[in-house]
Amino acid sequence: MDIATQLVLLTLAAGTPLVYAALGELVTEKSGVLNLGVEGMMLVGAVVAFIVAARTGAPWLGVAAGIAAGAALALVFAVVTLTLQANQVASGLALSLFGVGLSAFVGLDYVSVVIEPLPPLHVPVLSDLPVVGALLFSWNPLVYLSLALFVAVHWFLFRTRAGLVVRAVGESPQSAHAIGYSVLRIRYLAVLFGGACSGLGGAYLSLVYNPSWAEGITAGRGWIALALVVFATWKPWRVVVGAYLFGGVTLAQFQAQALGVELPSQYLAMLPYVATIVVLALISRDVTAIRRNAPASLGRPFHPEA
Amino acid sequence: MTPRLVLTGISKTYPGVVANDGVDLTVWPGEIHAILGENGAGKSTLMKIIYGAVTPDAGTLAWEGEPVTIANPARARRLGIGMVFQHFSLFETLTVADNIALALDRERTGPELAARIREVSARYGLPLDPARYVHTMAVGERQRIEIVRCLLQNPRLLIMDEPTSVLTPQAVTTLFETLRQLAAGGCSILYISHKLDEIRTLCQQATVMRAGKVTGRCDPRRESASSLARMMIGADLPHPSPRAGVPGAPALVVRDLTLPAADPFGTALAAIDLTVHAGEIVGIAGVSGNGQQELLAALSGERRLADAATVTICGTAAGRLDAAQRRALGLAFVPEERLGRGAVPDLSLADNALLTAHGKGLVTRGFIRDAAVRAYAAAIIRDYDVKASGPDAMARSLSGGNLQKFIVGREMRQVPRLMIVAQPTWGVDVGAAAQIRQALVDLRNGGVAVLVVSEELDELFEICDRLAVMAQGRLSVPRPVRETDAEAIGLLMAGSFVAATSASSPVSSPAGMTAP
Amino acid sequence: MRLRLESRPEPSRLATWLSPLVATFAVLAIGFVLFAAMGRDPWFALYTFFIDPIDTRYDVGELLLKATPLMLCAVGLAVGYRANVWNIGAEGQLIMGAIAGGGVALAFHGSESHFVLPLMLVAGVAGGMLWAAIPALLRTRFNANEILVSLMLVYVASLVLSLLVHGAWRDPEGFNFPQSKLFTESELLPNLIPDTRLNVGFLIALAVVGAGWVFVRKSLPGYRMRVAGLAPAAAVYAGISPTRTVWIAMLVGGACAGLAGVGEVAGPIGQLMPVISPGYGFAAIIVAFVGRLHPVGILFASLLMSLLYLGGEAAQMKLALPSSVTGLFQGTLLLFLLGADVFIHYRLRVLRSVAPAARGA
Repeated sequence: MDIATQLVLLTLAAGTPLVYAALGELVTEKSGVLNLGVEGMMLVGAVVAFIVAARTGAPWLGVAAGIAAGAALALVFAVVTLTLQANQVASGLALSLFGVGLSAFVGLDYVSVVIEPLPPLHVPVLSDLPVVGALLFSWNPLVYLSLALFVAVHWFLFRTRAGLVVRAVGESPQSAHAIGYSVLRIRYLAVLFGGACSGLGGAYLSLVYNPSWAEGITAGRGWIALALVVFATWKPWRVVVGAYLFGGVTLAQFQAQALGVELPSQYLAMLPYVATIVVLALISRDVTAIRRNAPASLGRPFHPEA
Repeated sequence: MTPRLVLTGISKTYPGVVANDGVDLTVWPGEIHAILGENGAGKSTLMKIIYGAVTPDAGTLAWEGEPVTIANPARARRLGIGMVFQHFSLFETLTVADNIALALDRERTGPELAARIREVSARYGLPLDPARYVHTMAVGERQRIEIVRCLLQNPRLLIMDEPTSVLTPQAVTTLFETLRQLAAGGCSILYISHKLDEIRTLCQQATVMRAGKVTGRCDPRRESASSLARMMIGADLPHPSPRAGVPGAPALVVRDLTLPAADPFGTALAAIDLTVHAGEIVGIAGVSGNGQQELLAALSGERRLADAATVTICGTAAGRLDAAQRRALGLAFVPEERLGRGAVPDLSLADNALLTAHGKGLVTRGFIRDAAVRAYAAAIIRDYDVKASGPDAMARSLSGGNLQKFIVGREMRQVPRLMIVAQPTWGVDVGAAAQIRQALVDLRNGGVAVLVVSEELDELFEICDRLAVMAQGRLSVPRPVRETDAEAIGLLMAGSFVAATSASSPVSSPAGMTAP
Repeated sequence: MRLRLESRPEPSRLATWLSPLVATFAVLAIGFVLFAAMGRDPWFALYTFFIDPIDTRYDVGELLLKATPLMLCAVGLAVGYRANVWNIGAEGQLIMGAIAGGGVALAFHGSESHFVLPLMLVAGVAGGMLWAAIPALLRTRFNANEILVSLMLVYVASLVLSLLVHGAWRDPEGFNFPQSKLFTESELLPNLIPDTRLNVGFLIALAVVGAGWVFVRKSLPGYRMRVAGLAPAAAVYAGISPTRTVWIAMLVGGACAGLAGVGEVAGPIGQLMPVISPGYGFAAIIVAFVGRLHPVGILFASLLMSLLYLGGEAAQMKLALPSSVTGLFQGTLLLFLLGADVFIHYRLRVLRSVAPAARGA
């Protein structure tokens, strides 16, 4: 396998957890809810997926458990912000802090455990083709699934009536309520979907990308996913492009080492964070574009009786 | 004949407010039935109960003779009830067709739906392009979406909540034609309004409400405006005392104010010229959404301008100053939103007095003088007859009228030389509205320059000395009130003057004007 | 029977102060269940966690020592949160304060001048402010979300610290450990109570709490920050500059966090190390909320949070429980608090019977 092919595959792999988390958050935000707990949901998804996979030896069961764990944490957030009307920013922060603590606590006994990772796909004939086989037909199944998720999210949001309703609720919950939609029910579902996606992104990290568990395994990817949604101005295709760009940046460390660059590793480790800040500033500068694309009710609580 | 809808003993209580108290109502097929009452009389709550958006605490509904429970708006629509909301239930970033599809109880029908929209809107004289985005449309056009949305469901009862507040007088005539056409086809119409003349022109039956109760039923065509008003408020309509004095020096001068919209869905201002003299009230009429908010923000300093000379306040070029600095020049401003802009909902009245009056001896070297602040608030409450438990009452606990009196009082107590007021009596009961208008007239008589922006033409004609109209981000030349009338103003509101002026400096405006 | 939330005409003051207590008891209850589920005697575990760490003078000193950076950071953050400016990067600003203050100590190493310590404190404040100025600038100039920027800068700050103690600032006689030289006496905060590790940093923190109270309750700028948070449109209407609000919020938060950071390296730690804070900057977010964004409330909340840290250590030593239980309790505390806050603005109504109108057909 030549270096170019390898780079493409590594970039895909590094971008995939961001694709999951950011697509999920995008749907949540489209319904008007800002869930800053992505980092926490990813961590809990990662640790639960790892524990289940380690205990059962069945990585796919781990994936399912990771999804469920992410959704369960999102349910906590939904109850606090939607039913109990708490501030979304504060609750999202709380969820992230809670997820950090919870994952560290339950994952303690699994820090040096080794598991059988989720194997990449092997399609007879296709996967064995020269170049193309490695480039297109030997990815991990979860990488294919992330692209399928992108297509599904795009189709759902812009081609189905249910997606139209989600967008309408995010735009004006008052109007949606007035014409008879249950704003809270729709927002609950959107938040749960976001949580499930974050959990899946976490599961990918601990089962595929780096098959192991360590405290803080996400290394801020949940926060980068939040920035990606802004970067993408709430458009799914831009989320995917952005995720791979950032995936590429996180690889800079390995690339620089491969090229023989002599630099303290800390400089390269800073890159994804600095890049996020720079890109966020560049995109946010265009206030009009943000206002035009951001769901108008983002972060504002809605109570049907008020 | 079976009545289309019978309400019996409907009651609804919110914490601290009895919105409906044992209301009975009967609506017949083909009838245009007015629900008349002041703001806060309980009309909107009653309509939301009929439409299933609010659940009553007590009472029964019968639809075409059958007792029914209307649990949600979808159920109401299946029965054949449609509603056009006062504050629209539209989604700005979606198209007309998407907006309509959202309210229909079946799968999106794509091209077929678009064709039906065109057909229905043509039949009732409500032209509408299904592919247009709502945010590019003027307020009057948006109302058409709501009406067509209802008509597509072949309603047997149509509820219209204050529909004319967003229309020019000419557009009101067109709307009434549509409604009569509908009623002639057997559809019942519930028409909610506090405008007496409209009801006398349009409706065959009227139910009058006050403080949540039905206080009268009549045939409005046989009543006079004042007899209807007595039923509505229990007293005659008060009128402010007549004007006095001659205008003095200019207090506000606006020269060639051109400003792109700050908000992607806002209106750009184009070449606005305006002078307000001491001792006169200048009114600005127009359908909202034609640049009034943008103009007010530019005058108040909430939006600062690039060129200081564009706005002159009491002789000082003020274009680049912020709101607090302009206030120091003698400006006072009452914005249209009370909760959240004119006052902070979750702060006490005392803290809200501090909001703009901190320059009046309430602060020493950066530290707040609590006693002085409370005394200031107490004085406003006393002098302007604000019904509140005291300076510690939360702003959000006050009724709309009382909060408006507090805000107006706070601004007046600062002894302004120039007073700018937006929608002074929106959502305010008749008694408080009269007090507020009188206070503005008194201010004028005391030599203060007053600028009033309002949608209520009656109000402007009542208190103003000169009147201008805003349309598509432009301002017509102010005319003395004696030399104009509602029809002339209506033509200006429809933008008749815009074509003539736009040749000199073309500016595209997203909020196009409704056709007359 | 159905339950319904009904809005109160006025926010309930009782619920405002009761909700932190409710949340605390919820955490205790969960701890009880958790310890029992892990096969420990729950009463003994709770005793070990919450009482044992504070039963001697030395222990009380430790409690106050750990509460010091928490209350400093939280008072600063609360100023911003009241104004709806969400600085969640206090941890990074704390690290930068430690780097700046520690840098001064290393530059004047062994000088024994009385000016070194004050200079360190000033440098710490400046370092925190500088780090907080980045999100402030990006927010006011480029409209970039301060939550994400300030959080990203936490990672960058800890990498900068790591870079320094692994490189330029490493103690040449330190056996290659990634640590700076140990600070000397003139570079350390003087001890406050004999036989404890408590230093004058605690008094400085109390003074900051007092200043915070005056700012929030008595000053016009504090009032303006509150208006900006409660009703942004009303703030603009009153001529309160949103840009200035963001700057004040971020700089106050950064200054307090920076002070906390230099207080740690000039106090209990006494040198620069790769990790100088067990997440004080994040825990301070919880302290700020549990303290109702009120300086006096924050004082008490910081003691509670400090106890959670000490309890975690005690549980690890005496019960062989993982110390990360602290993080779990912290997150649980905040989630319960935010949930319980619903009763500030709403009350629960029990609907026993179905309304007559709803019976119908």
